[in-house]
Amino acid sequence: MCATCGCDSETKVSIHRTNQHNPLSLENITFTPIEAKPTTLPNGRKQLDLEQDILLKNNLLAERNRGYFMAKNVVAFNLVSSPGSGKTSLLEKTLLDLKEQENFFVIEGDQQTSNDADRIAATQVPVVQINTGKGCHLDSSMIWEAIQQLKPIENSILFIENIGNLVCPAMFDLGEQKRVLIISVTEGDDKPLKYPDMFQSSQLCVINKIDLLPYVKFDLENVKKYARIINPSIQFIELSCTSGEGISTWYEWLKKEVVEQTPIAV
Amino acid sequence: MHELSIVMSIVETAEEKVKENHAHSVEEIDLVIGDLAGIDSEALDFAWDSAVKNTVLQKAKRNIIHVPAKAKCLECDCEFEIKDQFDACPLCGEPLLQIIQGKELQIKSMIIN
Ligand SMILES: Nc1nc2c(ncn2[C@@H]2O[C@H](COP(=O)(O)OP(=O)(O)O)[C@@H](O)[C@H]2O)c(=O)[nH]1
Ligand SMILES: [Mg+2]
Ligand SMILES: [Zn+2]
Ligand SMILES: [Zn+2]
Ligand SMILES: [Zn+2]
Repeated sequence: MCATCGCDSETKVSIHRTNQHNPLSLENITFTPIEAKPTTLPNGRKQLDLEQDILLKNNLLAERNRGYFMAKNVVAFNLVSSPGSGKTSLLEKTLLDLKEQENFFVIEGDQQTSNDADRIAATQVPVVQINTGKGCHLDSSMIWEAIQQLKPIENSILFIENIGNLVCPAMFDLGEQKRVLIISVTEGDDKPLKYPDMFQSSQLCVINKIDLLPYVKFDLENVKKYARIINPSIQFIELSCTSGEGISTWYEWLKKEVVEQTPIAV
Repeated sequence: MHELSIVMSIVETAEEKVKENHAHSVEEIDLVIGDLAGIDSEALDFAWDSAVKNTVLQKAKRNIIHVPAKAKCLECDCEFEIKDQFDACPLCGEPLLQIIQGKELQIKSMIIN
């Protein structure tokens, strides 16, 4: 029995639900960056010149996650999209097709339900679910807590499904190696104009649901043109999780990433 | 509403600093927010009011220093102010820009008592 959530840890796959009772709590860790000495003002007041990045803690913890991943040679991908673009579908298909060849682990971010984590668990791949409640993004401390439970093994691939939202997940580095943005052809080709930060911070943009292209007005070239204005090096893969068209290009991309991240043995 | 988590991390830092300095509360706080930092001021106000209640920031005067967005043209190297990330270079018309200012999101200073 797992002490954290009471699940039976003997079974190969389990869904752990992260919440407050984590073993390595971050609450006692404080970061004290070097800063100027306080200036004393009249009446016992003090001025502190902090010049401190508001996201400093998140960024430092993200670096810690990244260090952990590098040490264990875990390649971590942060999957971001609007709700319903196909993050879970892409994961399900990828896990089912490749799980005999690679070791996968999944962190599922979800505001309320466990539907997505249940879908992943059905593929027999270990998954940890993070419920954020009203929170509209994952942050690096949630990932830190989740990996304490998930314990990805060496030389594995970790997928993190972020909350469906293209605004604030862009601001929160999780420590991933690559950020994969998924859009679908039913969403309109002006996505880069509406969410430039997400297009700027992602390395790959998957355009999903191309099986629906004949039925919708969606100009692939427009999306690419706008996206490249803000991020000239962004890559694109067009595919359909439903028909499987283009999916092999995604698998090739994944395998290339894994090989590139693998340190050369000495 | 990531503005709420932004305010919560400001509160966290303020609580830490007040404690470290054996002070009671924050009198004034200066924030630096770039125009491209992704912060909606209305959402920030709303989040602020609900998140600072019963914290050291409850009575603090909040000053926001806005930083205009600036970019550098990747073709001709000239620097200029922009409104959004899709503006083209005013000199050569190229749309490929590197943002050099406007993404700031900082606690600049605090006065504590
Ligand atoms: N037609 C079509 N539907 C898809 C495709 N991929 C996903 N969907 C559907 O889109 C809906 C949302 O998918 P889901 O994976 O849950 O999206 P998520 O919210 O990003 O995780 C589901 O009803 C899927 O069946 C696709 O390639 N083509
Ligand atoms: Mg999903
Ligand atoms: Zn958020
Ligand atoms: Zn938000
Ligand atoms: Zn120019």
